[in-house]
Amino acid sequence: MNIEKLSSAFSNVLGLNGDKITDDLSYGSLGWDSVAHMKIIAAIEDSFDIMLETEDVIDMSSFKKAKEILTKYGIAF
Amino acid sequence: MESLFNLNGKIAFVTGAARGIGWQTALMLASNGAKVIINDLADSENLQTKIKDAKEQNIDLTTLFFDVSDYVQVKNAYSSIFKEFKRLDILVNNAGIMEDSMISTASEAHIEKTFKINTFGAIYNTQYASRLMARNNSGSIINISSIIGTKGNAGESVYSASKSALIGLTLSTAKELAPLGIRVNAIAPGFIDTDLVSHFSEEIRQKTISNIKLGRIGTPEDVAKAVLFFASDLSAYITGQVLGVDGGMII
Repeated sequence: MNIEKLSSAFSNVLGLNGDKITDDLSYGSLGWDSVAHMKIIAAIEDSFDIMLETEDVIDMSSFKKAKEILTKYGIAF
Repeated sequence: MESLFNLNGKIAFVTGAARGIGWQTALMLASNGAKVIINDLADSENLQTKIKDAKEQNIDLTTLFFDVSDYVQVKNAYSSIFKEFKRLDILVNNAGIMEDSMISTASEAHIEKTFKINTFGAIYNTQYASRLMARNNSGSIINISSIIGTKGNAGESVYSASKSALIGLTLSTAKELAPLGIRVNAIAPGFIDTDLVSHFSEEIRQKTISNIKLGRIGTPEDVAKAVLFFASDLSAYITGQVLGVDGGMII
C-alpha cells in the first residue's frame, strides 16, 4: 500500500509511531528539521524508486503535501 | 588485510573527464575498483580511442555527456545516473576553464562563463549528487579548486574568484552534509601539466617551475592520487579540508 510506504518513510526517519503520521504533520514539528528533511526525501525516493525534482523537495512541507507531490509521479493514494 | 584504497562496488562520477586531471582521476578511481561515469561537454574520436585503450587494460568507463553549467542538463544527468546505477558514492567536481584576463579588461561574457562552468557547475552537481548519496548515508565529494583560488595570481582574478568559491562550497557543504554521512573536501592543484597551461611559453613554464620546491611540474596523476585518498576510506574521518597538491609551489 502506497500510503503505508509513505507513512513508514516518515516514521522511520523521525522515529515516531505510525499513528503520529497524519496529514497535519508538517515541517518544523516532531523533529522534522532540515537534516531530517533530506533523510525523508531519500527514504521516499528509495521506497518508490523515483527521483524528485528540486522544486518538489522544497515544496514538501507536510505529509499531506507529500501525497500531493507523489501523485504527480504516478503514485496513487 | 583489505586495501583501504579499495573502491569495489562504489559508483563514481567525474565531471570534465575527457582529458587532464579529470581523465587521470577517472582511471585512478576505476583501477581501484570503482565503477566510473565520466562526463564532458561532448564525445570525440580522441576520447573514444582513449576509452577503448583503457578497456584493453580492463578499465571500464561509462560516459555521460552534458554541460555542467546548464541546470536542466545536470538534473537530467542525475535522473539517468539514478535510473541506471541507483546510487552514487563519489563525485569529483573537476570540470573547469581557465581564461586569463586582467581585472580592468575582463569582459562580462568571460566573467559569466568562468563562474557558470567552474562554480555554478560544481554547485549544481553537488546539489543532485548529495541527494543520491544521502540515501545510503555515505558519500565523498571532491572539489578541484586551484592554488590560484587559495593564493591568488595577477591576471587571473576571475578564475581565482571562481575557484575560491569552491572552497566556500566545500567548507559549508562539509558541515551541512556531515549528518547525512557525506564528506566534502577540496584539492588545490598547483602547476599541473594539462591542456589548461599548454599555451604557456617555454620561458614562463621554466620560470613557474623555478618557484616549485620539488623542482618539477605536477602531473595529472599527482592530483588523481589525492582524489583517490579523499574518495577512499583512508580519509574516512576527514571532511571540510583543502589539500594543496603543488610540490611546494610559491605563488
